[in-house]
Amino acid sequence: MFQAASAKLAQTLLVLLIVSAASFAFLKLAPGDPVGIMLGSDYSKSSYDQLTHELGLDRPVVQQYGIWLADFVRGDWGTSYITNQDIFELAVMQALPVTLTLAALSLLIALVIGIPTGVMAALYRNSWADVLATTLAIGGNAFPSFYLGILLIWLFGVDLGWFPVLGFVAPWEDFWLGMWHLVLPAVTLGAWYVGLIARITRSSLLEVLGQPYILAARARGEPGWRVVWVHGMRNVLMPLVTVIGLQLGGMLRGAVMTEVVFALPGLGMMVTTAVLNREYIVVQAGIMLTGLLFVAVNLAVDQTYQFLDPRLRRR
Amino acid sequence: MSDALNITAIPDSQWKRRFLQPLLRQRSAVAGLAIIVIYVVAAVFAPWLATHDPAAQDLMASLQGPSAAHWLGTDSYGQDLYSRLLYGAQLALIIGFASVALGLVAGVAIGLAAGLMGGRTEWVLMRIVDGLLAFPELILAMAFMAVLGLGTENVVYALALSFVGPFARMTRGDVLQVKNQPYIEAARLMGVTTAAIIWRHVLPNVVSPILVQAGMRVSIAILLESGLSFLGIGVVPPTPDWGLMIAEGRAFITMAPWISGVPGVALAILLVALNLLGDGLRDAFDPTTQKDA
Repeated sequence: MFQAASAKLAQTLLVLLIVSAASFAFLKLAPGDPVGIMLGSDYSKSSYDQLTHELGLDRPVVQQYGIWLADFVRGDWGTSYITNQDIFELAVMQALPVTLTLAALSLLIALVIGIPTGVMAALYRNSWADVLATTLAIGGNAFPSFYLGILLIWLFGVDLGWFPVLGFVAPWEDFWLGMWHLVLPAVTLGAWYVGLIARITRSSLLEVLGQPYILAARARGEPGWRVVWVHGMRNVLMPLVTVIGLQLGGMLRGAVMTEVVFALPGLGMMVTTAVLNREYIVVQAGIMLTGLLFVAVNLAVDQTYQFLDPRLRRR
Repeated sequence: MSDALNITAIPDSQWKRRFLQPLLRQRSAVAGLAIIVIYVVAAVFAPWLATHDPAAQDLMASLQGPSAAHWLGTDSYGQDLYSRLLYGAQLALIIGFASVALGLVAGVAIGLAAGLMGGRTEWVLMRIVDGLLAFPELILAMAFMAVLGLGTENVVYALALSFVGPFARMTRGDVLQVKNQPYIEAARLMGVTTAAIIWRHVLPNVVSPILVQAGMRVSIAILLESGLSFLGIGVVPPTPDWGLMIAEGRAFITMAPWISGVPGVALAILLVALNLLGDGLRDAFDPTTQKDA
């Protein structure tokens, strides 16, 4: 157990190192000369050389990477050329919480709608619930989230006027106003997950309901809801967590689009703006941060297995 | 003896029975295929079907609803939406298939090399693949676009690069499974060259899961392509691209909902069709999922 955990840790550290090297490589590959950009249009050869030296750009690449990594770990991510803002502050303190709040709320909406739909679909096969689950699964998964967002803005924001169209209010500053602003974006992003969750719930529940212990529970005279929601759902949790974790890439893809459509100042918006402005140092911070997030979620999904399934704990 | 060597390749009739028939038996997959065929026809014959030059602007005729002159209306530049829709289908399908094909070739090559060579080569190659897989596709594609610059061709390269990881990892996994089978050993002992072993004995055994994966990737590629263009970091105007069209129509959603509606609905239907076909392919190749369907 301890050995397995330390092997996992070593592997994760290696991936983190690769992620950081890739982010650094991106900055090196990016077109344009950072020294030229910082100095503007008018500079002398000596001031150019001096700044190059100060930034450490005249050292070997491996050494530059070492310095960059040390700065990165310390939270010294540089400042934006355009807004003069500290990039760590911008990415971690401002953008990241927005994206995480959006993702968490969408996931919540998707679970609240997806799980009951999947359960109904499994219990009443070929009924309307089953048809709905399949339709949601195919439609929600394929429908481009940025167009769905536009449609929701049009219908609920402009036409009916129920929800604000754009902008973000932090729920930790004004909870209800923040939630009100987040409803449409969260539905847009969550729509993508609903079908997936419904489909996985349905198929895993169908599999579980045929097991002897379910029959035994029924034979003991346990009420139907208990059989399904307690005995059945316990075994649906694992595939559900796996799928949610595996689809994080899709979630982040949707989050970028949703943030841009609804003008939410999250990571997706930050990276998009930075690419458009050719602010590669900010893009790189976004790349590094999403990479870290990705690795962290994969690790977390791995760890939840033991928590969700006692059979895995001994090994 | 040649029979013994060919045992790995699936004969034609068996291919039909094992793959084509299960696929055609699924109504949803056939429906998806039919829709895709319509899109392909529209894309191929776009020059003949279009009524206008897709990039021709006519400011006098901007923001018009559907009419006899402009079947699906016009956008804010007076460009004909019907013609742009057709050429947009062409662009989406070309970028979708080209990027997946490129990513597949590069990924399979890396996976084969890693799986067959082993040792240090494998370690280095798989760490590169780990690096690619450590990022969400869209972020990876955005990063590549930032390095490569905007434009249709660069979208293909950026998407292809972001698909290399999954293909490489899959191929390597399959190769490792196949590599130690007795028939590979037998072929090697009989003096079959490594290239022939790869081509005739390894590839046929790894190709079907990879093709299924490719089928499902095409819809992701088209979604990413239109998404990148929507964000303004993909194809550049006035190229008739659905993502660009949706972005352009966004500002006119209350006055002229058809500007984003025409490409939006077209994109959604195509993606649903591709997903239906992709699911069908997966089920047809994987007998374990068939009992549930």
